Amino acid sequence: MVRFVSNCTITIYGLLEGIVNKDIDNISSHISFWYDPDKRAILYQVGAACLFAFVAWYLISNTTANLERQSIATGFEFLDREASFEIGESIIEYSAADKYSKALFVGFLNTLLVSFIGIILTIILGTFLGIARLSKNWLINKCATAYIEIFQNIPVLLQLFFWYAFFYEILPSPRQAFNPIAGLFICNRGLIVGIPAANPIYKYMAATLILAVIIIYLIKKWAKNRQNKTGQTFPVFSTSIGLIIGLPLLTWIFGGMPTEMNVPALKGFNFKGGLTVSPEFAALLLGLVLYTAAFVAEIVRAGIQAVSKGQTEAAVAIGLKPGQVLNLIILPQALRVIIPPLTSQMLNLTKNSSLAVAIGYPDFVSVAGTAINQTGQAIEGVMFIMIVYLIFSLLTSAFMNWYNKKMALVER
Amino acid sequence: MKLFKVLAVCVTVLAMSTFAMAGTLEDVKAKGFIQVGYNGSVAGFGNVNEKGVEQGLDVDCARALSIAVFGTPDKLKFTALTAKTRFTALQSGEIDVLFRNCTQTLSRDSALGLDFCVVNYYDGQGFLVPKELGIKSAKDLDGASVCVLPGTTSELNAADYFRANGMKMNPVVIESTPELNKAFFAGRCDCITTDASQLAAIRTVAPNPDDYMILPEIISKEPLAPAVRHGDNKWKDIVNYSTLALINAEEMGITQANVDFMLKSNDPKIKRFLGVTKGNGKALGLDEDFVYKIIKTLGNYGEIFERNVGVNTPLKLERGLNALWINGGLMYSPPFK
Repeated sequence: MVRFVSNCTITIYGLLEGIVNKDIDNISSHISFWYDPDKRAILYQVGAACLFAFVAWYLISNTTANLERQSIATGFEFLDREASFEIGESIIEYSAADKYSKALFVGFLNTLLVSFIGIILTIILGTFLGIARLSKNWLINKCATAYIEIFQNIPVLLQLFFWYAFFYEILPSPRQAFNPIAGLFICNRGLIVGIPAANPIYKYMAATLILAVIIIYLIKKWAKNRQNKTGQTFPVFSTSIGLIIGLPLLTWIFGGMPTEMNVPALKGFNFKGGLTVSPEFAALLLGLVLYTAAFVAEIVRAGIQAVSKGQTEAAVAIGLKPGQVLNLIILPQALRVIIPPLTSQMLNLTKNSSLAVAIGYPDFVSVAGTAINQTGQAIEGVMFIMIVYLIFSLLTSAFMNWYNKKMALVER
Repeated sequence: MKLFKVLAVCVTVLAMSTFAMAGTLEDVKAKGFIQVGYNGSVAGFGNVNEKGVEQGLDVDCARALSIAVFGTPDKLKFTALTAKTRFTALQSGEIDVLFRNCTQTLSRDSALGLDFCVVNYYDGQGFLVPKELGIKSAKDLDGASVCVLPGTTSELNAADYFRANGMKMNPVVIESTPELNKAFFAGRCDCITTDASQLAAIRTVAPNPDDYMILPEIISKEPLAPAVRHGDNKWKDIVNYSTLALINAEEMGITQANVDFMLKSNDPKIKRFLGVTKGNGKALGLDEDFVYKIIKTLGNYGEIFERNVGVNTPLKLERGLNALWINGGLMYSPPFK
């Protein structure tokens, strides 16, 4: 292909110059069609494309013909129909009177929620475990090793069943719920916690939090510039903590310090009010995090061990403090080794979240499964499931690739 | 050139798969057994007994089908299916017939590409609650956590019922029946909802069955019927008349015990029914004595009912709607002629 293109370019170039390159013409006219690698290459490409098109056409037409023969409904009109089934938990308002499209969206958000929180917790726990595994303290080291070996080697589905059974078998019924501190209840319906009652001031607090993050980013940039120029350092970390806590706190004080709480209370069968973390969500999150963190721990350990000891010694020799050695020398180099396998663990966690269906958490697969069953449109439903997980995976990969590039070795 | 040969084989295989779905009866006869989708975990209707043999009302109806086609009750292979997988399994041809306490509904009969056969159990949806909750009516269930199987009519009926009565429900949906039952017994839900017959079955597997009660409200109509793929009329006829034979036998007073005696009957209706007078078998493409063999092996509908779910079984179900029409029920067979 490359040669063909370059031949063409030469020919076109020759024509432009007003000279026909006789040599090239002569050579190609002597070679028979089958022995010219360029022409043969095109033939193969066309052949492969035709074969692909044929198989695709065959599969699609066969499927449609079979669906029609069995008079199974097809198409996406069902998205506009009333779902008429309830979903156990949802971040957005949902009722059985809503459409299938909204039901699927609820499932999508539920998958997103458990994956997002799961990934963050996994990275934190995995990093701690990875560092603990390298600890010189015998007890910590062995505990981390035992944890990793146990959780890595038990199938995640069994772990999910275990945690789910743990929640509903061990914990008491709502009427006998544990109430360790005011406003917090723990029972087999989940963990129910009081939250501040809705007040417009909380929106402003969220806005100032974002503002604080932006200011911190700018300060960090400024401090780095100044350090490069003058060598003077600036306490970025403590300033950041101050800003993140201080700004929203000031907003709250100036907003009249609302203290009204939305406290859960037992009404009839279940608690009303407050925020409920269901046993299904908790079991799924716990199972996924504990399982995946074991793998992440090994990745972190490998990453740290990949940084040669000479780097640490050199850093200490030029007088960096232990914290600085970790932050400035070891972690930046270890991250290069850690990020690529970490990405695939993040993808694993997201995909494993589809096991939710076994323990009753209404994730995308669970909701889509119900939709498939009620409408009978399995092909469309499975297609949605594939597209959703593909989108999750591609977005995660894209983000991690960007981050990896940012962290990659910049040679000066 | 080897590549081309491989491709040629691939294309041929693909092309042949189009013609693989001929009539189900021919397929079944060619392979020598019927692949039956059944529940696998509902006592009395379809589960495995302690000897590892499938049993239940649905299973006996499937055996009647096996006798009709092959003359013996054992030419069956069972696939246990969840509520979510059952229809796809039938649509895709993984099973030949579905005997899995499925409710016949308009949308399943049309948009799902299925054909429901004759109803073999008339049911209705109810609620099972622990007695300690102290509630007497389904109307008291506002705010309750409800255990329900995903993808069932029960899931829709419960949502409808709570909506119609202005109550809130908190569904817990788990795909596997045993897992769902376990969560219910452990107190994850305040009630479990499904067809009343299944509630009776669930209660039998409770740690202490007397701690649970079925609420009086029956909130839906659930005609449970076997299903086949849409458009295979010949196969549907056979499934229909093998089950109807059980009902008709009860109507005529023919039982497992007296069927041999009945062969000598002078009643032309009985002679025609048992195949002494020929005609019925040929019309369906079966042996003339298929009804005789079914009754001789399994008994009539009443006997099957009492054996699997009746008052002397742990399920303790009354005939109710499932009594013969002459006894005030709905079981009615068209004449066999």
